[in-house]
Amino acid sequence: MQTRLDALESRSIYILREAFNQIDRLCMLWSLGKDSNVMVWLARKAFFGHVPFPLVHVDTGKKFPEMYAFRDRYAEEWGVELVTGDCPPVEEMDADLPPAARSAARKTAGLNALIAAHGFTGIIAGIRRDEEGTRAKERVFSPRGAGNVWDVRNQPPEFWDQFRARVPEGAHVRVHPILHWSEIDIWRYIQRENIPIVDLYFARDGKRYRSLGDQDITSPIDSTASTLDEIIAELEVTTVSERSGRAMDHEREDAFERLRAAGYM
Amino acid sequence: MDMTRMKAGAKARGQLRAAVVGHVDHGKSTVVGRLLHETGSLPQGKVEAVAEMCRRRGMPFEWAFVTDALQAERDQGITIDSSHIPFRSALRDYVLIDAPGHREFIKNMISGSSDCDAALVVIDAGEGVRDQSRRHGFLLHLLGIRQIAVAVTKMDMIGYDADRFATVEREFREALGELGVTPGAVIPVSGRDGDNIAAPSGKMSWYDGPTVVGALDGFEVAAPATALPLRMPVQDVYRFDERRIVAGRIESGSLRVGDTVLFSPSNHAAVVKTIENWPRSAPVEGAEAGDSVGFTLEEQIFVERGEIVSHAGNAPVETNVFRARVFWMGAEPLRVGKRYTLRHNTAEAIAEVESIERVIDAARMDRTGTEEVACDCVADVVMRAQIVLALDPAAENPRTGRIVLADGFDIVGGGLIDMAGYPDQRQVMTRRSTNITEVEHRVSREERTRRIGHTGGVLWFTGLSGAGKSTLAIELERQLFARGYNAYVLDGDNLRHGLNANLGFSPEDRAENIRRVGEVAALLSEIGTLVISAFISPYRDDRLRARKAVGTGFHEVFINAGLEECERRDTKGLYARARAGEIANFTGISAPYEPPENCELVVDTANQPVEESVNALIRYVERHFPLVKPRR
Repeated sequence: MQTRLDALESRSIYILREAFNQIDRLCMLWSLGKDSNVMVWLARKAFFGHVPFPLVHVDTGKKFPEMYAFRDRYAEEWGVELVTGDCPPVEEMDADLPPAARSAARKTAGLNALIAAHGFTGIIAGIRRDEEGTRAKERVFSPRGAGNVWDVRNQPPEFWDQFRARVPEGAHVRVHPILHWSEIDIWRYIQRENIPIVDLYFARDGKRYRSLGDQDITSPIDSTASTLDEIIAELEVTTVSERSGRAMDHEREDAFERLRAAGYM
Repeated sequence: MDMTRMKAGAKARGQLRAAVVGHVDHGKSTVVGRLLHETGSLPQGKVEAVAEMCRRRGMPFEWAFVTDALQAERDQGITIDSSHIPFRSALRDYVLIDAPGHREFIKNMISGSSDCDAALVVIDAGEGVRDQSRRHGFLLHLLGIRQIAVAVTKMDMIGYDADRFATVEREFREALGELGVTPGAVIPVSGRDGDNIAAPSGKMSWYDGPTVVGALDGFEVAAPATALPLRMPVQDVYRFDERRIVAGRIESGSLRVGDTVLFSPSNHAAVVKTIENWPRSAPVEGAEAGDSVGFTLEEQIFVERGEIVSHAGNAPVETNVFRARVFWMGAEPLRVGKRYTLRHNTAEAIAEVESIERVIDAARMDRTGTEEVACDCVADVVMRAQIVLALDPAAENPRTGRIVLADGFDIVGGGLIDMAGYPDQRQVMTRRSTNITEVEHRVSREERTRRIGHTGGVLWFTGLSGAGKSTLAIELERQLFARGYNAYVLDGDNLRHGLNANLGFSPEDRAENIRRVGEVAALLSEIGTLVISAFISPYRDDRLRARKAVGTGFHEVFINAGLEECERRDTKGLYARARAGEIANFTGISAPYEPPENCELVVDTANQPVEESVNALIRYVERHFPLVKPRR
């Protein structure tokens, strides 16, 4: 009998295998956060220890030192093909965006440059529906048109695990293998599978990071949870949203939607 | 932290997925927002943020803004796309899918609801049952959702009137009853005030049924179909670390190491050697419905994406014609004669709509004309695929009994397979005819020869893959035709797309392949055609059978180049794949080739150019099939 985690894992593996079979130029975004580490782990399960596509780290240059150390260690240990790309300076971003969203938009620009340089037609990203309102409306295979924009008002039908994997020339598809997971599922799976994560998630001096982003626009939450058990117990009762420490989500009513429509994850 | 709490924390609760559907403006999003609030599932600050959004728009507090995350949704006061929102009751975790009710967004309602365990239909007490109430109810049924509760909301707007509620309930039960759908609880609620959402309402003491949360808690999480026969659509075949792994998700039944499994429609069988896993821990002995697995086989048979793995004694139906109850979402109507890409699990085929038996407009409950199927309608249609598919009737296996239709890049419809009246071709293909009486023609062979200009016959080319059979046959056909011959090439690869599309490359299938070619060649030659057949035809017995079928006009031609030379040419790259073990039963490598003993002609393509070989063949034909009435 499948447990909840077994069922989540199986569906993710199915999605990853569909993506690998159906998409020619495929890569996986590796943000070094807990979700993307779970996603890499799921890929290794799906392909029996291999990751048969490059892992892409869009580097804003403003991540925590612990995250860079983590990346370099596990890229080697897991034997994956790592592709990194830089982001343009914030001055080149849409000046109409509020400051944190404008800063986060650098990552979209960096990703777009990588897509153009490598000709990727499929990008696997570790977003989840329970994180945020517009992500709650996402498809598993989500087409991105010319200029990599998300036409959220006209998404294709998707049911019975039949995905729209093929896209016209010049477009690409975002693949979301852990869209159906919740934050607490991620932590229970990390615990069950013993998946390595960056230490910043564990509380030190009464603070821990619940979600990791750029240093200057991410703040830790008050917490004493310093073990996996304690983090899971904390999440069972919390009423604080996961991305409360991510400044770009909260600046303006539609700031995050605008970021995502323009190609943000 | 309390230790007992922490231990409990490590255990995951069950999770049920429930869609909230119904007619536009009937208050779905409000019910959802209220549900989240009443059960304490909203994050800190969410209510304040929604209040601020409403203040900016100069409107009263709107619960729907909790889930209508898109700017356009809030500005227009309409849900555009389904939201997936986690919430929890005292019993378990939920994902609520807030689906749009506007007709224009029915594809989004289907996308959101398709893999739910249960559904909540929301109906405005004042407006009563409307188009999308019925349509959504019917679609839920087609999507396979059997657990349906109904919230009759905005009871506060009708003064909590019990009679009005009873009317709406009766109306909806009647409407769905016609379509074979039986809803469970029908609950009077007020989304705005929270009556009967999580706690019983003091304003409707005449109602003694469950609250919305109570009705949801009464539903069961759909379990994978472990009790049905094994079905695993092959998703991919991997070659990692020298292992050849057949990968896929078990849709129903279970699988164990040592099982003999059948691949359909290729009809190859093999024994499961190992079930693979990573990280490699204890060996896996079995897997069941819901598991994404990979396994290796004892023998290296050729397996492709799209085939269905089953046990031999309980195999799926094989057919290229079937009926489906299709719900249509295409901007263009579904039309008879139009071709679509049909997807059945991991298989894909071009399929044509052969006929439309009836159209059901679920909103109006009427059956309309049968020329085409408009968007949002449901219809029973007969589909004819270009290849044989392995499938099940939906009533027997929901997971392998459904199809999706695509037009170009777009998914335009989904359907449930119904095989009533259509035979399983697996049976037809092995049926033996009896009571045969042959008719006698009254047109003689001589008469045909005079009309066509030469006698019919067969040049039966045999030889290894890459020896030059097809090249020579095609060139010879062209040149003979120019000289006035009614020459025609039967080619292996061509016939395998049509007449022999149901055959694989096992010895049994190859024999059947050649038997059919022999019969076709015999017919054509009787008509007066000079047939050039280009098949490896490795077995002497098979060629002998073809010779018998054709009779005196049969000329066996050995196209000889030698294995070494053929492998050096390897024009199709098949020898390399065969050497790598990817193609089983490959002639010359892993299956025998029996050279002819007494053939009529040998053409040595290893030591002479194509032109010389063709010339030799032309001379041979002119000698044995002289033109009686040369046409220049």
